[in-house]
Amino acid sequence: MSDRLLDIRDLKVSFNTEDGVVRAVDGVSLAVEPGQVLAVVGESGSGKSVTVMTVLGLTRSPNANFEGSVTYQGTDLVTASDEELRRVRGAEIAMIFQDPMASLDPVYKIGDQIAEQILAHEDVSKEAAHTRAIELLDRVGIPRARDRVDAYPHEFSGGMRQRVMIAMALSCSPSVLIADEPTTALDVTIQAQILKELDGLRAATDAGIILVTHDLGVVADIADRVLVMYGGRVVEEGTLDEIFYDPQHPYTWGLLGSIPRLDRGRADRLPAIPGLPPSLLSPPEGCHFRPRCPHAFDKCTQVPPLEERSGNPGHRDRCWLDVEAKRTRRIVGDQIGLAAEVTA
Amino acid sequence: MTAEGANGALLTVEHLKLYFPIKKGLLVDRTTDYVHAVDDVSFSMREGETLGVVGESGCGKTTLARCLIRLLDPTDGKIVFRDRDITRAGRRELAPVRKDMQMVFQDPQASLNPRKRVGQIVGAPLRLQGVEGEEVNRRVRELLDLVGLSPEHVNRFPHEFSGGQRQRIGIARALAVDPKLIMLDEPVSALDVSIQAQVINLLDDLQEGLGLSYVFVAHDLSVVRHVSERIAVMYLGKIVELSPAEELYVKPIHPYTKALLSAIPIPDPHQHRARERVVVGGEPPSPIDPPSGCRFHTRCPYATEVCREVEPPLAEYPGGHVAACHHPLNVSEADMAAVRRSELSPLSSGEELPSAT
Repeated sequence: MSDRLLDIRDLKVSFNTEDGVVRAVDGVSLAVEPGQVLAVVGESGSGKSVTVMTVLGLTRSPNANFEGSVTYQGTDLVTASDEELRRVRGAEIAMIFQDPMASLDPVYKIGDQIAEQILAHEDVSKEAAHTRAIELLDRVGIPRARDRVDAYPHEFSGGMRQRVMIAMALSCSPSVLIADEPTTALDVTIQAQILKELDGLRAATDAGIILVTHDLGVVADIADRVLVMYGGRVVEEGTLDEIFYDPQHPYTWGLLGSIPRLDRGRADRLPAIPGLPPSLLSPPEGCHFRPRCPHAFDKCTQVPPLEERSGNPGHRDRCWLDVEAKRTRRIVGDQIGLAAEVTA
Repeated sequence: MTAEGANGALLTVEHLKLYFPIKKGLLVDRTTDYVHAVDDVSFSMREGETLGVVGESGCGKTTLARCLIRLLDPTDGKIVFRDRDITRAGRRELAPVRKDMQMVFQDPQASLNPRKRVGQIVGAPLRLQGVEGEEVNRRVRELLDLVGLSPEHVNRFPHEFSGGQRQRIGIARALAVDPKLIMLDEPVSALDVSIQAQVINLLDDLQEGLGLSYVFVAHDLSVVRHVSERIAVMYLGKIVELSPAEELYVKPIHPYTKALLSAIPIPDPHQHRARERVVVGGEPPSPIDPPSGCRFHTRCPYATEVCREVEPPLAEYPGGHVAACHHPLNVSEADMAAVRRSELSPLSSGEELPSAT
C-alpha cells in the first residue's frame, strides 16, 4: 500500500464490434511501485496488452467503453483529456513496444526520432536534444553512438532497434516504464542483453516497470511481482516466489507445466492445457478457465472473487478449490502441472 | 538398416553452399558481393530421425531447410535424398521427390491462402499428385481428423481458426501426400505456450504413427531438445556443433552452444539466480563479410590467435559428438585422445585438431 506510482482499479474495457461486445478487460486492478518490476503474464487474448495500452489512452476509440480508473499522480488517465495525456505520455509514463521495426519511422534518422520526443516535452534547443540522444544511445549500449545517431532504422539489427526504443523511452526519465513483450522478437542471446539492460535501469532510475510477457523464463529472470491474466481477468497475483512455488490457480499450474524446460530431464510428452482460450465475445459463464479445467466442479459456474486464499498477504487468486486440496492436486508426476484428468 | 540405400541414410548433404548475390547498378546488374547464408554444411540423417537445427536469426537455418527441399537452388555442394541426387534436379524430376518431402512454415497466417477454404488448401497437394474427385474429399477429412481438427471444418476459411489450429491445417497439408521427411520451420514459435505443447505433442504422435522424419528448425533450444534426437547448432552459415540431443545440453563443446544455452532464462527463480551465466556481448557479424578463421572468434571469450587465423575443422569426439572449435569445452583427456577429423568438416577448414588446453 506504500507509495504507488500507478494505480489501476477495477478497469473494464470493452469494444463494440459487428458481432457483439468484446469484453477485453474485465475488472483488472494493479499497482506499480518505484523500483519494482511487475510482470503481467497471459496468452494472446488474455487482455494484458489492452490493459497496459489503456494506461496511455492508446485504446481510445468510438467503439471502446471504459469503466474503472487508472490513477497517476492524482489524475485519472481513463477520463483525462488528450492534452493531459499528451503531457504524461513519454515524459512520465513511457512504453516500449513489441515490434521495434513497426514502432520506428523508417524515413527518419534514429537521433531525430529520439530528439523529437525530448523536444515535445522539454524546452531545450535542438542541439541539446541531439546531444542527449547521443548520450542515451551510449547508455543503452549502442557502440559508436556519435556516428550511429545519424543512421536510419533499417541499418540497425532487431536487438539494436529495441535498444533504440529503450533509449527513446528513457529520454525524459519516466517514472513508469511499460514494456509490452520487449524481447519476444529477439534472439535469446540478445534477449539476455536487453533484460540485463532493463534490470540495470530499474536499479539506476528507481522507475516502476510493467513487463507484459508470455514467457515465464523472462518473468523468473527479472520480475518482483507477477499478475497472471486469463480471458480478460486476473486469475492470480503474487510475488515471484509465490507464483512459481505456491501457485493457486489451475491455469497457472498449466502454464508452469507446459513449458519445455532445460533444467529438467526430457519428458516423453509435454503436459499441454487442453482446449482453446475462451472467446471474449461469449465467454463461458462463471470462471473463464472452467471449460479447460480438469478440476472444475459445480461452484465454478459462479465467478470466484480475487481473494487472498493461500494465507500469504497479497497473494490473491480466483479459484473456488480448497487450498489444501490444491496443494496436492497441482502435483503431477513430481512437478507442478495441470493433470490431464482428475480421478475423483 | 532399411531399404533406403547402402548406408541407410534418408538424406545426405555434402558441402552444401548457398550464396545470395548482392546486385548493384542501374542498367546492368553487377554482382558486387555475396551473402554467405549457408556455407559448406554437411550432415546426414536416418529415416525416422528428428534433426534439430538451432541458431540465432541470420545464421542460415531457414535457408538451409528451404534449400534441402529445393525451394532455393544451392550454389554448390550435393543433396542426396533416398539415393537420388536432387541438387540440380529440374521441375519435372523434382515432382515425385516433393511428394516425399514437405514443409511446414513458421507463420500459419501467412502460409495459408485467406481466400481458399480449408478443404481446398489441404486438398491442393493431393490434386497435384493426381488424386481426383470424391477421393480428395475423403482424404482431406481423414487428414483433418488426424491433426485434431473436426472434419466438418472443410468449408471454413483460415481466418475462422486460431493460430494453433491454423498450424494444424499447415501440418495436414504437408501430410496430404504421405511424405517421408517434413521440414518444420519454426512450427511453434508463433504460438502461445499452452498451444505450443499441443502442437509439439501432435508432431510427436504423427512421427510415431506415420514413421516420419523431421528437420526441426527453431531458435528455441528448449523446444528443440524436446523433439530432436540430434541437434545441429549453426552460426553464420556453418554448423559449429552437431550432437545427440541430450549430450548437447549436458556438455556443450562449442563456446557458442554454451552461450546460447546459458542465455535461456529458466522458469524457476531459485535455479535461475543460482546459475552461472555467460552473456555473450555483441551481435552476429555480417554474413556478407564473415570473420576469418573461426566465425565466432569476434564474440568468443576463449578466442586466441589461432581462432582468428585458422578455421577449425569439425572434430569428432566419442559418441558421435562433432564440434568445430580450437578450444573445446567439457572434454576429458580420453575424449581428446580419441578425437579425429570429421568428414563433415568444411573444405576450407584447417587440418589441425584441437589440443588439450
